[in-house]
Amino acid sequence: MKYVDEFRDPRLIRQAADEVRRLARPDRHYRIMEVCGGHTHAIYRFGLEGLLPGNVELIHGPGCPVCVLPMGRTDDGLALAELPGVVFTAFGDVMRVPGTKGSPLEHKARGAEIRMVYSPLDALKLAQGHPGKHVVFFAIGFETTAPSTALTLLKARQLGLGNFSVFCNHVTIIPAIRAILDSPDMRLDAFVGPGHVSTVIGCRPYEFIAQDYGKPIVVSGFEPLDVLQSLVMILRQLADGRSEVENQYARVVPWEGNLPALRALEEVFELRPYFEWRGLGFISQSALKLRDEFAEWDSERRFDVPGIRVTDPKAAQCGEVLKGVLKPPQCKLFGTECTPERPVGALMVSSEGACAAYYHYVHRMAAAGSLEG
Amino acid sequence: MKIAEAPVDNAPALPRVRFRDARIEMSHGAGGKASRRLIEGLIAPLLGGPLLAPLADAAFLEVDGARLALTADSFVVRPLRFPGGSIGELAVNGTVNDLAVSAAQPLALLLTFVIEEGIATETLEAELRAIAEAARRAGVEIVGGDTKVVEHGKADGLYVTTAGLGRADLRARLSPRSVRPGDQVLLSGPIGDHGITILLARGEIDLEADLRSDTRSVYPFVEAILGVAASGLRWMRDPTRGGVATALNELARDSGLGIVLHEEEIPVREAVRGACELLGLDPLHIANEGQFLAVVAPELAEAALAAVRAVPGGGEAVIIGEVREQPARTVLAAASYGGTRVVDMLVGDPLPRIC
Amino acid sequence: MCLAIPGKVIDFVAETPQLAVVEVSGVKRQVNVDLLRDEPLGPGDWVLIHVGFAMSRISAAAAEEQMRMLSMMGEDLQAMEEIEGYQFGQDPS
Repeated sequence: MKYVDEFRDPRLIRQAADEVRRLARPDRHYRIMEVCGGHTHAIYRFGLEGLLPGNVELIHGPGCPVCVLPMGRTDDGLALAELPGVVFTAFGDVMRVPGTKGSPLEHKARGAEIRMVYSPLDALKLAQGHPGKHVVFFAIGFETTAPSTALTLLKARQLGLGNFSVFCNHVTIIPAIRAILDSPDMRLDAFVGPGHVSTVIGCRPYEFIAQDYGKPIVVSGFEPLDVLQSLVMILRQLADGRSEVENQYARVVPWEGNLPALRALEEVFELRPYFEWRGLGFISQSALKLRDEFAEWDSERRFDVPGIRVTDPKAAQCGEVLKGVLKPPQCKLFGTECTPERPVGALMVSSEGACAAYYHYVHRMAAAGSLEG
Repeated sequence: MKIAEAPVDNAPALPRVRFRDARIEMSHGAGGKASRRLIEGLIAPLLGGPLLAPLADAAFLEVDGARLALTADSFVVRPLRFPGGSIGELAVNGTVNDLAVSAAQPLALLLTFVIEEGIATETLEAELRAIAEAARRAGVEIVGGDTKVVEHGKADGLYVTTAGLGRADLRARLSPRSVRPGDQVLLSGPIGDHGITILLARGEIDLEADLRSDTRSVYPFVEAILGVAASGLRWMRDPTRGGVATALNELARDSGLGIVLHEEEIPVREAVRGACELLGLDPLHIANEGQFLAVVAPELAEAALAAVRAVPGGGEAVIIGEVREQPARTVLAAASYGGTRVVDMLVGDPLPRIC
Repeated sequence: MCLAIPGKVIDFVAETPQLAVVEVSGVKRQVNVDLLRDEPLGPGDWVLIHVGFAMSRISAAAAEEQMRMLSMMGEDLQAMEEIEGYQFGQDPS
């Protein structure tokens, strides 16, 4: 596969890992947050942590949309699914996310009409094909995914489609990074920046991280060589005492982002005054809602959404894990009450949540004994 | 009829009912962890007798000195026909393969059809022809069965359930407990063709690829291994639902040993890889209908591999990994650059990801 | 957080120019390319696909430059090892 296989070249991976080891000063501990769940996934999928020296610690950040989605929002969405005549559509990622009365898959087992879609346009197509039904699209995701919802809504308006609406849970990454940086127990040294979000927003919005907080951030791709090269760039910045925004993923990310995508976001969405993030609490101006012009396609305005709030059990220490204060297994519930099959806290929900990733790839290995066999 | 003692390995003490899920969901049938919970937590405790081997592919009975293998299976697939096969062929090959990976020569099948009212005769006829042809190719007789018609909307067109009878090959005694560190893991060919073909054939995600289901009898390959390496053959499984990852995790669990896969060695067709990258799926979790895994003693592994490769259709067989003492009860995939990851069992159905 | 994958533009859907047929390793899908409308797009171009939309154009030049940097990393290391070798008075061959 072009643009994939080159960046998985074993010889270059070993070289890049050697370079990370060479650059990491033995007298220093490095805490580097990969903001994006896609990076968390890649790090475990390719076994990259095992290639790093012990003093380069990767902290798995808040960039997993299903992880940070409060359970109440899932409950609200599923309340819509139970309305007569409604077809509830969502990405595969959402299908196993637990609500108070079970996941979308469990609701489906009980008879609710729930369909998995690959694209919001597939949900729109479903609405066109079933004029007697109302199709709700349960939208999740950061700025990468939000433009696709925006274009879908623009198309729905253009078609005058009356039986389609969006339950919008789109969030924005910058306020979450700022919330983490402002947290008094924050101990991060640098950030691996979210590559695919940056295809839309570009690199400029990260400048405050470098300028105001003095932390390096390198916008990174998702192949093993991308992640390792980003770590090399970060370690070089730290060694030189620099804090800059750098773009490791220039083959995909333009510095200015995607202007048509930004214009579509601007046309369709506005910022919510505040939104709740699982594990981080309420963050102001951190999520999107549909503008008044799109009220007709806004599930929250077309239907009586209950507005449920569910708080996570106090014992779940998702926030501390998100901020890098605790490692996943240091949480009291990890691996006992909270497992990927029965998640209690946000970060166990999706396979790219920090805790689920850790559980799948590390905890089992540790439980099974040593790696050397 | 005299019923022989069950093989020791297949008769664990019966567990208590400990299935806590309130409802049966699709995931309980998907071959992964939820399926295992249902079988071990509910079905086995209530139906278990000394001969029940709920997680083996076939049961063995000794009848007047002959050792027979008995298996049952059921087939539910949407759409009924897909590139490379149809429900009828799956029913024959799936049943034959359960016998084959139990080291039994398939002899006879019983087939039961549950037919939905309104299905076109043409459709049913096409399936019957597919079944007859698959049975001929696999060298098994269809010796009986049953037919039921249910109301419209109740059976997705057609369900097929089967029972299969085979003659156990006395040269091999397969059991996860006989697997030893150092044993090699042989895979018969590229993985994921069937699962991805079905996913695409459903048309829900609008992907197009030139892929065909791999449905076929694997008995010719098994026969070839038995001919040269029966004494070193420890365990076999056809990695259907849940894929290679699930089959090997079951082996790791049942043997108490670890399995280390050389990830780059595992054959995956380009289009299967493309679909998996696009949808965020792991090829190791995708279903196969014409492949099998065999664990062979190290000194006989090369002979077994050569024997499989010599059979037409076996040219892509490969050794994908080996059994180790540690990490116990775990499957690892190791990359040549030194990275390792845990390969887990599938939880529920494989769902495309966007994150 | 966002799974996206490179694909090659093969063709465009007749009468709906915002839809392209994109191929990822032998798998084809119609992909909405409306977000790339600012610059002309043609068959043979590579794009990054996310949830059925092309999010950005892949720059072959930038990819080559990255590969060059990555290869140099190895050369740097080799050079470094050689220097260290000299320092310890060993024969670098």
